[in-house]
Amino acid sequence: MQKQPPWNDPRVRGWFFQMAAVLLAAGFFFNVASNTLDNLRQLNVASGFGFLEHTAGFGISQSLIEYSEASTYGRAFLVALLNTLLVAGFGIILATVLGFVIGIARLSPNWLLSRLAGVYIEVFRNIPLLLQILFWYTAVLSNLPRPRESLQAGSFLLNNRGLYMPAPIAEAGFGYVLWAFVIAVFASLILWRYSQWRRANAGAGLPVLWCTAGLLTGLPVLVYLITGAPMHFETPELHGFNFSGGLRAMPEFLALLFALSIYTAAFIAEIVRAGIQSVNWGQNEAGLALGLRRKDVLRLIVIPQALRVIIPPLTSQFLNLTKNSSLAAALAYPELASVFAGTVLNQTGQAIEVLAITMAVYLSLSLATSFAMNLYNSRIVLVER
Amino acid sequence: MSFVRDTYLPAAPPPPPSVGALGWVGQNLFSSPGNGLLTLLGLFILWLGVPPFIEWTLLNAVWRGTGREACLVEGAGACWAFVAAKLGQFVYGRYTFEERWRVDLVFFIGALTVALLMWERLPKRYYLALFGVLVYPILAFILLTGGVFGLPVVETSLWGGLLLTFVVAAVGITVSLPLGIFLALGRRSQLPVLRLLSVVYIEVWRGVPLITVLFMASVMLPLFLPPGVNFDKLLRVLIGVTLFSAAYMAEVVRGGLQAIPRGQYEAASALGLGFWKANLLIVMPQALRMVIPSIVNTFIGLFKDTTLVMIVGLFDFLGSIQVNFSDATWAAPQTAATGYVFAALIFWIICFSMSRYSVRVERRLNEGTRRE
Repeated sequence: MQKQPPWNDPRVRGWFFQMAAVLLAAGFFFNVASNTLDNLRQLNVASGFGFLEHTAGFGISQSLIEYSEASTYGRAFLVALLNTLLVAGFGIILATVLGFVIGIARLSPNWLLSRLAGVYIEVFRNIPLLLQILFWYTAVLSNLPRPRESLQAGSFLLNNRGLYMPAPIAEAGFGYVLWAFVIAVFASLILWRYSQWRRANAGAGLPVLWCTAGLLTGLPVLVYLITGAPMHFETPELHGFNFSGGLRAMPEFLALLFALSIYTAAFIAEIVRAGIQSVNWGQNEAGLALGLRRKDVLRLIVIPQALRVIIPPLTSQFLNLTKNSSLAAALAYPELASVFAGTVLNQTGQAIEVLAITMAVYLSLSLATSFAMNLYNSRIVLVER
Repeated sequence: MSFVRDTYLPAAPPPPPSVGALGWVGQNLFSSPGNGLLTLLGLFILWLGVPPFIEWTLLNAVWRGTGREACLVEGAGACWAFVAAKLGQFVYGRYTFEERWRVDLVFFIGALTVALLMWERLPKRYYLALFGVLVYPILAFILLTGGVFGLPVVETSLWGGLLLTFVVAAVGITVSLPLGIFLALGRRSQLPVLRLLSVVYIEVWRGVPLITVLFMASVMLPLFLPPGVNFDKLLRVLIGVTLFSAAYMAEVVRGGLQAIPRGQYEAASALGLGFWKANLLIVMPQALRMVIPSIVNTFIGLFKDTTLVMIVGLFDFLGSIQVNFSDATWAAPQTAATGYVFAALIFWIICFSMSRYSVRVERRLNEGTRRE
C-alpha cells in the first residue's frame, strides 16, 4: 500500500483543525478580555459582583417579597426574578388552557368553530408579540375608565390602574387546610399508582379522575369547615381617587399576561392539533374493536399517544413564553430584563456582570428544561424492534 | 306476462335536509344539539367581534384631516388621517427627504427579484438567485449609505421605519444562513472539540432571550473592542441579531442533515469525494432543500423579532409609529390604536404570505414522495 503523506491522514487533519479551532477561540477570548479590561480601566468602572450588596435606591412597583429603596441590588434581583416567574407561571397556565381549547376547536366537525379557531391561529401567530403587548397596554388598558367609573363584576373591578380583586386573608388555623390539600395530593398520587397496578393485574382500574377531583376539593373544604372557616376576603374600597385594599394587578402585568398567553396559545393550538392528528385513525378503530367505550378509547389510547407528540414542543413553547416575558422591558413591568438589564445596568454601569447574571438566569432555565425534556423523551420513546 | 321491470325508475330526490345549502348547514353546523350550541357560540363570538371592528376601522373611521381636531369627533373610529400624514416616516424613518428615491429603488429591485424568484418556471432562476444573494446586498448597501458615485452620504442613524425593519431582517437571514450551516456541520462533526464549541455556541444563544442579546450588542460590544474603536449602533444590533439567529438556523440545518440517510455519505465517500466536496455536492443540496419551509419559518420569526430593536433605541417600523404618538398635532384617543392596527396589518400581510409560501413549498417538495 502506498504511503500517505501525513497531511492526507484524516486523524492528523482532525488534530490540526481542532488545534486551530482551540487557538482561534482562545485568541478571540483573550483579545476580548484584554480589550475589555483596558476599556474598563479607562472608564473607571468597578468590576466584580460586590455591587449586589450595595443599596439599590430605586423603588419597584410590584414585589412579591418585602422590598424598599433601602434594599440591596441582590434583593432587587430576587424581586425581579419572582416577577418574571409570576408572569411566566400565569402565562403558561392561561396559554395552555386557551391553546388546548383552540387546538381542539380547530379539529371540531363544526365548520364555523373550526374556521374561527383557524382565524385566531393565523391572526395572532403572524403579528409580532411586542406589537401585541404595546397594543394591549397603550390602546386597550390605558383607555379604560378612571377608578371612579370602574367596570365592575361582583367584587372585581377593572380600571386604568389595573384589575382589583378581593384578597383572601388567612386567619389562624388556615394552615390545617393547606396541610389537608397536601395530604390529598399525596393520597391521589397513591391512588393513581394503585389504579394502574390494578388495571395491569386485575384488568379494571378505578374511576381515578372522579376520586382525585373529590379528594383534592373535598378534603380541604371539609377541614376548612371543621376549623370554622378561618379565612375572609378583603374587598377593594374606593378612597378618594383610588382603591385601597384587595389585590391589584398592574396594567403592565395584565398587558404582558394577555399578550403572552394569546400569542403563545396560537402556537400551542397548532401543536395540539398536529399531535391529535398524528395518532393514526386505525388506533381509534382498534380501540373500539376491542370493546372500549368511546371515552376510554380517547383516554387510554388516543391521548397518551398524542401527548408523546405534543409535550416536547409544548415545553419549548413554555420556555419561549418565559423568554418572551423579557419584552416587558418595553413596558414598565418590573421583571428581570427591565429591572436588571435596564435600571440596575444604568445605575451601576457594570454591563458585563449585570448582563451575565440576566443571561445566566434564562440560560439555566432553558438548560434545565431541555435536560428534563431529554429525560422525558428517553422514557417515552417508542420501543421498536 | 312478465313482471320484470325493464326501465329504471327515476331516482327519488334525496331527503330535503341532506343537500343544498340547508343540507350543508345541517351536516356541518347543526348535526347534533351540542354541535348546534357550539355554532350559536361561534355566531355569538362573531357578533361580538366583527361589527364593532368594521365600525371602528371603516364606518366610523376618519380618513382625511390635517390634525387632531379631525379625529377628536365624538364616536370617531380609527384615525387613518394620522397614518396618511405620517406614512413617509413609517416607511423611511428620518431618511433624508431628497434621497428617498434611493430607498424606493432598493425596495423595487428587491421586490422584483423576489417576485421573479417565486415564478417557478422562469429559465435560469439560478443566476437570479446568485444576483439576489451576492450582487443585490452590495447594490443596496451602496445605494442606501451613499458616499460614492456622487450620492450624498445618509447616516444610518437617520434610517428608520419599514426600511430599517427590512434591513435588519434581510441582513440577519442572509448572514446567519452560512453561519448556521457551519455550526450545524460542527455540531455533527466527529471532532470532539469542534462539536463541543458548536454545541456550546448554539445552546447558549438559544437559551437567552433576544432582548438580552440586543442589550449586550449595544452595551457590551463596545467594551470588547480595542479602546478608541467604535462603530455604528445599527451595525452592533445587526451583529447581535445575526449571531442570535445563526444558532436557530444551525438547528434547522441540523434537522435537514439528520434526515439524510447514511448511504448518501457513504456513496459520496465511495466516489472519492472528500468532506467538503461531499457536503457541497451531495449532502447540503438535499438537506437544504428539505428544510426550506423551516428556514422560511425561522425568517418569519426573525422578521417579527426585528421589532425588538425598538427597545435599544432604533426606530424600526413599529418604533417609528410609536414615536409619532407623542406628536402633539395628532394627540387623540384613537391615535395609538390606529397606529398599532396599521402596524399589525402590515406585519400580518408580510408574515402570513411568507407562511403560505412555506406551506406551498412544503407541498411541492413532498410531491415526489407522496403516495396516492
